[in-house]
Amino acid sequence: MIPGISITEILSLTSILFFIGVYGFITRTNLISMLVSVEIILNSTVINFVVINKYLYPELLQGVVYSIFIIAVAAAETALAVAIIINLYKQISSVDVKETETLKY
Amino acid sequence: MEKYIFYVLALIMIVSAIASVSSRRMLRSVVYLLFVLIGIAGIYFMADYNFLAAIQLTVYAGGIIVLIIFSVLLVHHIDMELEVAKKSKRIITALACLIGLGVFMTTIYSHPFIETTTAVTTTTADIGFALLSTEAGGFILPFEVISILLLAVMIGAIIIAKGEDVTEEPPKETPLVKQEKPVEKKKELLETEVTV
Repeated sequence: MIPGISITEILSLTSILFFIGVYGFITRTNLISMLVSVEIILNSTVINFVVINKYLYPELLQGVVYSIFIIAVAAAETALAVAIIINLYKQISSVDVKETETLKY
Repeated sequence: MEKYIFYVLALIMIVSAIASVSSRRMLRSVVYLLFVLIGIAGIYFMADYNFLAAIQLTVYAGGIIVLIIFSVLLVHHIDMELEVAKKSKRIITALACLIGLGVFMTTIYSHPFIETTTAVTTTTADIGFALLSTEAGGFILPFEVISILLLAVMIGAIIIAKGEDVTEEPPKETPLVKQEKPVEKKKELLETEVTV
């Protein structure tokens, strides 16, 4: 545990970050900006896993291992999303959600 | 001392996150995201998880941010400004987010957390043994599944980013068709011989 800081303060911080990410995900119409918002959401949830492991069950490792897996899945998701965005830009010359109307043809 | 460091980190992270979702310049938005990620690595360092902080710095700050900046520079002009959503949409979204935040806060502050006071340092060796342990509570199966996932993502990203050159090859001639052609020719020859 971090001395002088209770678990509720860190959980409040991650909740604030989570809802900032949700706000960005809804209001942005650019695909890359939405990807940035998704990164903020994922990171705030990862802090929750780590902090709950540290404060409530410090002798276990579940939270740390889960956060490692979440980071791996987030990296995979970002790589695929960037590939899709670049391919989309080659086809319709735009990465805006409003102009993305077709799946393949 | 830790208290002040945590509050400074939290302030930096929240301000950078708000700037990241509201900045109109694409590249600046990504750089603000970098500040958020580094702040999160700082929290891992404060919680005494050095390995996680190193992963956070290398994978996120080193890998994902570079990837996103790369795609931004490929897709946008560097001084292009993003259009902002309608004001009514922004206000409604902010209200919904504040209501959700209120629900979260009441839940967090009404739940009685039983905090332990024992400080256990998790070494990297512990995490490695847990990841490769085949006993009950070990993580060998998800570890292997995530390796297959990463391989599939690597192949998929290459195929998607290469576009239609890979996926739409002209259909090759099967050897069956090749074998049939001489037979027909022979038949024609036979027919011509018969007619002659």
